[in-house]
Amino acid sequence: MTRRHALQALAAILVLAVGGWAVSRALDRLTGVAPAADSSSATPAAPSAAGVAHITATLYYGSSDGQTLIPVRREVPLADGVLPQGREILGAQLQPAPEGYVSVIPEGTTLRAFYVTDRGDAFVDLSGEAASRHAGGSTAELLTVYAVVHAVTSNLPSVHRVQILLDGREADTLAGHIDLRRPLAPDPSLVREDAQ
Amino acid sequence: MRGTASIFLPVLLIPLATLLQAQGTPPPSPLTMVSREGRRPVPTTIVGNQELIALDEVAALFQVAVREDTLAGGLTLTYRGRTVVVSTNQPMASVAGRLVALPSAPVRSGQRWLVPVELLPRALAPIYDARIELRRPSRLLLVGDVRVPRVTARIDAPGPPTRATVEIAPAAPVTVTTEAGRVVLRVDADALDLNLPGDGAALIDQFRAGEQPTAVAVVLDGRAGAARAIPSEAGGVTRVALEVAAAATADAAPAPPPAPAPLPAAVAAPAFLFAPRPVLLTIVVDPGHGGDDIGARGAGGAEEKRITLELSRRLRMLIETRLGIRVILTRDDDRRVSLDDRAAVANNNKADLFLSLHLNAAPVPDVAGAEVLYLRLDDEGEEARRAAETESVSLPVLGGARRTLDVLRWDLAQARHVDASTVLATVLEEELRAQITMSPRPRLQVPLRVLTGVNMPAALIEMAYLTNPADERRAQSDDFQAGVAQGIYNAVLRFRSYLEAQRQP
Repeated sequence: MTRRHALQALAAILVLAVGGWAVSRALDRLTGVAPAADSSSATPAAPSAAGVAHITATLYYGSSDGQTLIPVRREVPLADGVLPQGREILGAQLQPAPEGYVSVIPEGTTLRAFYVTDRGDAFVDLSGEAASRHAGGSTAELLTVYAVVHAVTSNLPSVHRVQILLDGREADTLAGHIDLRRPLAPDPSLVREDAQ
Repeated sequence: MRGTASIFLPVLLIPLATLLQAQGTPPPSPLTMVSREGRRPVPTTIVGNQELIALDEVAALFQVAVREDTLAGGLTLTYRGRTVVVSTNQPMASVAGRLVALPSAPVRSGQRWLVPVELLPRALAPIYDARIELRRPSRLLLVGDVRVPRVTARIDAPGPPTRATVEIAPAAPVTVTTEAGRVVLRVDADALDLNLPGDGAALIDQFRAGEQPTAVAVVLDGRAGAARAIPSEAGGVTRVALEVAAAATADAAPAPPPAPAPLPAAVAAPAFLFAPRPVLLTIVVDPGHGGDDIGARGAGGAEEKRITLELSRRLRMLIETRLGIRVILTRDDDRRVSLDDRAAVANNNKADLFLSLHLNAAPVPDVAGAEVLYLRLDDEGEEARRAAETESVSLPVLGGARRTLDVLRWDLAQARHVDASTVLATVLEEELRAQITMSPRPRLQVPLRVLTGVNMPAALIEMAYLTNPADERRAQSDDFQAGVAQGIYNAVLRFRSYLEAQRQP
């Protein structure tokens, strides 16, 4: 009797695991994007010493003169699917800037949610610190907004535009200047390629 | 004894008045004060292009105590414990500790002091209990809660029949009376701010003030026949549609058969006979942030919301006094105004230009200088712009004609003005560069929230970086603020010329 119960339990676990995998794949298809391995331009890297696989993604920080965004290639944990990979990239983007660059996203800002529509519009839901701790000024606000826009669009080619939400809601602006009511396309004029 | 005095007093006063006037000349038309108590003329005099009023007149009109402090070189006006100190040798006054610029310093005339009339709205109004507003073009001084709508008129089609529209804003009830040779519109208001074109066209000879102070007379030509006027109200404005038919001639021959295809009015219309509406009548200046929204803040404590308000007031004074263009601020005190409400102030006042003033911040302290920003459209905005060029709605109007209205999404109203705004940003950059330091990126096209819904040429000026210590100090200095105001003023002049050139056929 006990062995039969154990076999039944094992079968149930297998069915649940296969079912879960199938649902996860189906959800990825519903969002209209291909898995990360197919669509992400970020290059997969060999597993690191700790055994966690990484990709090289392009993140955006302020130049030392405070005028533009500088693309910086950094290692980000590899994730399965566009949405998990997008969350990893944004999680890294929200961290303080590496040495030699300037942070343009207010400290303490966290990612609440990330999703992508069929039209290729991504929604990045940031915590309220993105606005409440913002120093103001249209230059600082431009750099904050477009660091997020470029971090998503340059690493996930299936995303063409990005709309920033605050605490789960549509927002007017972060600090009174840049219009956040519609998804924003990347603005190459704000990016300088000559990294320091 | 009393009778003798009453005879001699005017005899004594007339030479005295003549003596006082000897220093200046009376204005071409007198200033009229309108208050709840009624209307009364306010004696003023012109000295060196400045219109001046005697301080004892101010004291009598506004129950203000006036005292001359010869040691300090100032004139003190006191109203209910609140004071204004007017410098006798500088064109400025101190109002509750804040300096206010005046177009000229006071002038002594015998025992009296004459001060610029602008002292009333700029220095006395802030300490007074009621509104004091000077409407110089219409020669009105408004005191207290009075209804003084602005009245404009235009010829829509010379005809015949001649069609015209008289607009009264804000809306007010109008009674129409048709008399021999004219149509009289009586407006239910305390006074009228008349901005009439003077000459009419075709069957309308002229628009002018009526015999009563709240009436407008539309004088008809000798060839005019039946005239009718129909008032209607929409969007807070009363519009009176006038239609004047030609008189039937006495020796009229049998009516000729109607022309098979009459020419459209637009083709047959002769050139208008009166001056067109000026291209720049109203400018809305938007002091950025306010209230609990401080905006950017410098390390030394300077606050964006405070400096933008100071500069906006300075700019208003400069433009109003030198150009006679009406300047409206989206906020005139320290309070929060939503971005939509700021655009609404401009749209509801049918402004011809919108200028938003801000101070910048950057993530590092090195960045400095001014920048001019204007709207960059996204794909949706570009679609709205194309739609504005091609889509319109034709509505019937009085007399069987049709009027074409452009249809545009309210939240993308700026789309149709992007070309003019580009020109505006260019002249602003050039004129500001002549006055102050510009940043390495002096002109930027950015998706600015406050500009998207503004239905007129518009730009946002970041005057300096409060995150830069030198810029922070400069932004609070009188020299810098005067330079910014002068630069914007010069740009407004150039932009007005551009608009006038655009209107030429």
